[in-house]
Amino acid sequence: MKLKGADIVIESLKFHGVDLVFGYPGGTIMPVYDALYRAGFKHILARHEQGAAHAADGYARATGKTGVVIATSGPGATNLVTGLMTAYMDSVPLIAITGQVATSSIGTDAFQEADIYGITIPITKYNYLVKDVDRLAETFAEAFYIARSGRPGPVLIDIPKDVQLAMADYAPVAEADIPLLRYTPKPVYDFEAQLDQLVELIRQAERPLLYVGGGATTSGASEAVQRLARMADIPVGHTLAGLGVFPGDDPLSVGMVGMHGGRYANEAISGADLLIAAGARFDDRVTGKISEFAKRAKIVHIEIDPAEVGKIVPTDLAIIGDLKQVLERLLVKLEPVSLDRHERWRGQIADWQAQYPLVRAESATTIKPQAVIQTIAELTRGEAIITTGVGQHQMWAAMFSDHRHPRHFISSGGLGTMGFCIPSGIGAQLGRPDKLVVTITGDGSFQMNIQELATAAYYNIPVKIIILNNGYLGMVRQWQELFFEHRYSATDLEDGNPDFVMVSKGFGVEAFRVTRPSELRATLEKAFAYPGPVVVDCRVEKEENVFPMIPSGGTVNDTIGS
Amino acid sequence: MTIEEPEIKQYTLSILVRNHAGVLSHVAGLFTRRGYNIESITAGITERSDITRITIVVTGDNKIVEQVLKQCQKLVDVIKVTSLKYNESVTRELAIISVKAQPENRSRIIEIAGVFNANVVDMAEDALILEAVGNARHINSIIQLLSPFGIEDIARTGVAALAYRSRIAPIN
Repeated sequence: MKLKGADIVIESLKFHGVDLVFGYPGGTIMPVYDALYRAGFKHILARHEQGAAHAADGYARATGKTGVVIATSGPGATNLVTGLMTAYMDSVPLIAITGQVATSSIGTDAFQEADIYGITIPITKYNYLVKDVDRLAETFAEAFYIARSGRPGPVLIDIPKDVQLAMADYAPVAEADIPLLRYTPKPVYDFEAQLDQLVELIRQAERPLLYVGGGATTSGASEAVQRLARMADIPVGHTLAGLGVFPGDDPLSVGMVGMHGGRYANEAISGADLLIAAGARFDDRVTGKISEFAKRAKIVHIEIDPAEVGKIVPTDLAIIGDLKQVLERLLVKLEPVSLDRHERWRGQIADWQAQYPLVRAESATTIKPQAVIQTIAELTRGEAIITTGVGQHQMWAAMFSDHRHPRHFISSGGLGTMGFCIPSGIGAQLGRPDKLVVTITGDGSFQMNIQELATAAYYNIPVKIIILNNGYLGMVRQWQELFFEHRYSATDLEDGNPDFVMVSKGFGVEAFRVTRPSELRATLEKAFAYPGPVVVDCRVEKEENVFPMIPSGGTVNDTIGS
Repeated sequence: MTIEEPEIKQYTLSILVRNHAGVLSHVAGLFTRRGYNIESITAGITERSDITRITIVVTGDNKIVEQVLKQCQKLVDVIKVTSLKYNESVTRELAIISVKAQPENRSRIIEIAGVFNANVVDMAEDALILEAVGNARHINSIIQLLSPFGIEDIARTGVAALAYRSRIAPIN
């Protein structure tokens, strides 16, 4: 079948299971947009390419599918950069399709020409500049395969306009049929011997701790993690990306670890004699001072990306493989082994928890930001998908949400991208129309992709956007208070903030404002019941801090505010 | 010109990659953004036209090189990475050296070139161009000996290397 390049793009998307794309048109991508139009393909028009990229990312994280974003050349493509890097840092499968100036114009500084291939090399798992229309179908097969296999990540395909217009024979190319010489996304190492060692370490451990990260979500290992924790009586700590892998209300859960983890969770890491890192990468926000991190523990690292092993901390035992597969083999091996319960260890953690509980701030006169999250948690009982921006609200959302399921807490962990909030909420809601999606944001993050309110309004995407509005760039202000002697340099947003209710209504989005604690619950109930997008501007305590906190590079003994 | 002996250990990495337009950017970029210093880099196709061999010399300690190897291995285009041990591999570099040569110095320079098996490839009234082939130490030595005459320009190719095929039994 002879097809135009642009039609091959659409046919390839369909063939690889895509039924929804996000994007923004422009000159060099017009043939693809024309093909989308002719095919009646479902496309969500964002108001900025960055918004489109984050929406595709939120869609991917909520569904486990590969998100697709389309943009034009030059500024359209460069506007994707933050979105691509956000997805790259959190290992999210994404395909970005960009238009490029015609092959004959490449390198001439043509109108809206940017070397997006060169620009995105360090922030994509892989990327392509397709100069030959005959390579297009094969390129899409490779791209989807690379994006979703192994440790997932974003892949960019740059397609010059003349290639989109050229004709070629099209036959679908399956992911399995592509000749990638040595790309081995699922390492086939024999990990039986290592598993035997791990069984022995688990058998001998008196104070074991599981530390689960985003890899557990990606590999669908939630159930295996739960079975392991219960079978071997091992408490479970989470990274930001691992929240929801293990039920937060389970007595074995110690919640989030790291800089803003509960002190008891960090005491547990410090006191453990066996730390099993499962799909986690020892991020500095987790480890603090590396030489003191889990220094009493033997460290086991189960990881699909060999390059992560030994990158930050030396490990005593590394098992390279897909987490779910590894844990399922481990469970089979553990089945006949008699394992001790760890009452004393759990008792110790419970004592720490009693000694250092998470501060549940209360006030009759001012809305405490934590109280907003707690109320959302009470109203949604872990069934809502939460997406966030970056900053204080993100940490409170992580600490006080009711985490019960994987893929229900969507946040930019690695890159820490402000403005991820609204578009990721839109994407998550489109991916999971059956779910209540609540986007928690701050007044800073809200304004960074505020234009996407138009997208939510136009498509009537019923995402509930809750602003913890303290009139500050709160997390930076907190650091200024603690480490820069209260010099609030460029962090006071209050006077410049628009009226968020009026702005939202201007976009066609229903909006409420809450200023008193007594109105909070009823307003949130009203918002959640509203059949469309809603913004709730919660005026919260201005100078509330996120505690506990381990200062950057510190240890559990440096914890502030617990 | 002074030739500094490297203080940190040098490692020669031999990397087989899929041969296409952007592959060198992908590999070289990895080194830059992870903060590994490239001393030299060479690339050329192998016996298979779809496979290129890139030879990179990096400096660093063991741990850094292990990270480099792993990060490299994970690139989609990379087929195989090996770290070549100095005494178990043939390493060669070509240098083209333009050196000032007044008639009274000429024979002295040609004598040095002869010792190092370097060829005279061009001769002007006041200068010579030599080509020298050898390992990095060999090239550094000839450059050092020519320096007093006044080196005008040097072009070095960077190291190409292959592991030895033959095995020599250890001497008791």
